[in-house]
Amino acid sequence: MLEIKNLSVEVKGKPILDGLNLAVKTGEVAAIMGPNGSGKSTLSYVVAGKPDYEVTGGEVLLDGEDLLALEPDARAARGVFLAFQYPIEIPGVATMTFLKAALNAHRRALRQPDLTTPDFMRAARGAAQNLKIDPEMLKRPLNVGFSGGEKKRMEILQMALLAPRLCVLDETDSGLDIDALRIVADGVNALRDPKRSFLVITHYQRLLEYVRPDVVHVMAKGRIVKSGGPELALELERNGYRDYTSEAA
Amino acid sequence: MTLHRAIAKTAAETTLAEQFASLANPDSDRVAAFAAFADKGLPSRRDEAWHYTDLRSAMASAAPLAPPPDADRISAAREMLAARKRVGDLRLAIVDGRYVPQLSDPAPAGLLVGTLAKFAPSGRASAIVALNDAFASNGLSLIVDAGVDLKERIEIVHCAHAEAPQSAYSRLSITLLAGAKARIVECFVAAGPAYQRNAVTRASLNASAMCSLVTIVEDDASLHVETQIADLGADAEFNAFALVAGCALARRELIVRHEEAGAKIALAGLALIDGRRHADATLEVVHAAPEGQSREFFRTIVADEGTGVFQGKVVVRPGAQKSDGAMKSQAILLSPQAAMNNKPELEILADDVVCGHGATVGALDPEQVFYLQTRGLPRSEAEAMLLEAFAGEAIARVDEPEFAQILLSMTRAWLAGRAGAAPA
Repeated sequence: MLEIKNLSVEVKGKPILDGLNLAVKTGEVAAIMGPNGSGKSTLSYVVAGKPDYEVTGGEVLLDGEDLLALEPDARAARGVFLAFQYPIEIPGVATMTFLKAALNAHRRALRQPDLTTPDFMRAARGAAQNLKIDPEMLKRPLNVGFSGGEKKRMEILQMALLAPRLCVLDETDSGLDIDALRIVADGVNALRDPKRSFLVITHYQRLLEYVRPDVVHVMAKGRIVKSGGPELALELERNGYRDYTSEAA
Repeated sequence: MTLHRAIAKTAAETTLAEQFASLANPDSDRVAAFAAFADKGLPSRRDEAWHYTDLRSAMASAAPLAPPPDADRISAAREMLAARKRVGDLRLAIVDGRYVPQLSDPAPAGLLVGTLAKFAPSGRASAIVALNDAFASNGLSLIVDAGVDLKERIEIVHCAHAEAPQSAYSRLSITLLAGAKARIVECFVAAGPAYQRNAVTRASLNASAMCSLVTIVEDDASLHVETQIADLGADAEFNAFALVAGCALARRELIVRHEEAGAKIALAGLALIDGRRHADATLEVVHAAPEGQSREFFRTIVADEGTGVFQGKVVVRPGAQKSDGAMKSQAILLSPQAAMNNKPELEILADDVVCGHGATVGALDPEQVFYLQTRGLPRSEAEAMLLEAFAGEAIARVDEPEFAQILLSMTRAWLAGRAGAAPA
């Protein structure tokens, strides 16, 4: 599904990704682990299309299509979803209004008619219930005054509603207590599907106890330096990243 | 011989003097008013309150005085009004600055609607108000009886001329007797780019009166100069909002005073400025009595080569203890050529008060735009959503739902027009 070839990226003239190669198969849950500063978040932003990230080489393909040529909304229309590490607050826009606009934007991109309000309300309420989100929260401005856990759950709710094909989770576990982590992980697991791929970016192994990856990639200094099965995450938990940072150096 | 003014008269000032000389038998108040104007001349950037809006250089000429509406003009206005969606329950019509009873609805019990033949001299008048004093006639007077909570929401429509170069001077007097309550929307419509307007509103709120006043300036006048002067009695409430989305040059000046203890003032505004338009909101809020509250909340969106101005001054007079004031002006600039001048000011002469102000100017937050785009919203839609939210927080200050709804749909229309006009 996702193919990243020899990707190099600079931010404000500083190289962050350095010839990164990565492939995620359809239906696969791939974890990316790595120390702080290894370029994990940059990778997620480049896949989603954040401006100010200068791609100096390589390509990012979704089912063979060049993602880098597309605006972020066009990538979303093709099924890319990024769950932000720090979801952005949008004052003045009720969460419900936002969700409806996002859902209908997707439907329009797929040349489907807009959802009726009752159909939308049913979908949003159902998704909220699964993630133990108080429906009252959907009336509040998006992410404004939400706790860290509420913001992360709201990301997963959006993911559930938009039903993307490629889900990129950027440190979704950060700032979550154990109960919130379980709710979020259950939300992610409920979306696992043979046609859907996940790129789960995390610093700690903890999330991977709940969301079992098919493969684990280790990232250091802007590259994937090792790939393996779930056992690789446990090894990292025991030994830390020291081996890989020196190996990449 | 004393030279009052060192600068020669501008073409517009010369025309104004000729126009005044052409009036048939002006009374002594008008003569005095015009003399007061002539003494000061058109305000320029040397006048502190006009620092960012130099009317003297902006007003290249003075358009001919609009004649009193004749039968043809009135019937044209009737057609225009019939085609226009009503807002509120009771419509009152002003044509080219003059109140026209035959185009207006009959007043319900508790409300006295009349023609203002003569104006009480404005006292704290600026040159612009003096000019209005000199020229305005057939103003509109509203008096709400003591204790009457007027259920009928009043719509005042100022009908202007779409083609003719004309200048219109209008005068609105709102008097709420003790405990009276009124909700009013005032719409300035239909002016074409050769039209000049000088509107003055004087609101007098007696003890415990409440007035909610929404002003909408949405047409294409070359000049819209408006002055609102409100005086509040004990525990009175004045809640004023304005949407400015038109006119080459729009200048609104609000002078609001707590005359007695415990009054509440809420002033809010939204300016949507595109093209090369210039919109100025200038406020002077005077806490002249103790325990008054004032809230000012202004938002401005400037696109293209537009210019926005916010000048807000909160004055707390000696003895106005326990005054509570908060003023905020925020602007979003949508293009590198767009400009905003923000000047909030506090002048506090009492020692036991809570007052603050804040002003911000910035672009749309790219992080917010990106976030919305990752959810599938095209850039233009994402931007419109953020701008609508920004504007909506100002409109949320309007407590009358029907008025707020209209303001919101006008804002959406403005944003949609902008998105449509933007290059692909």
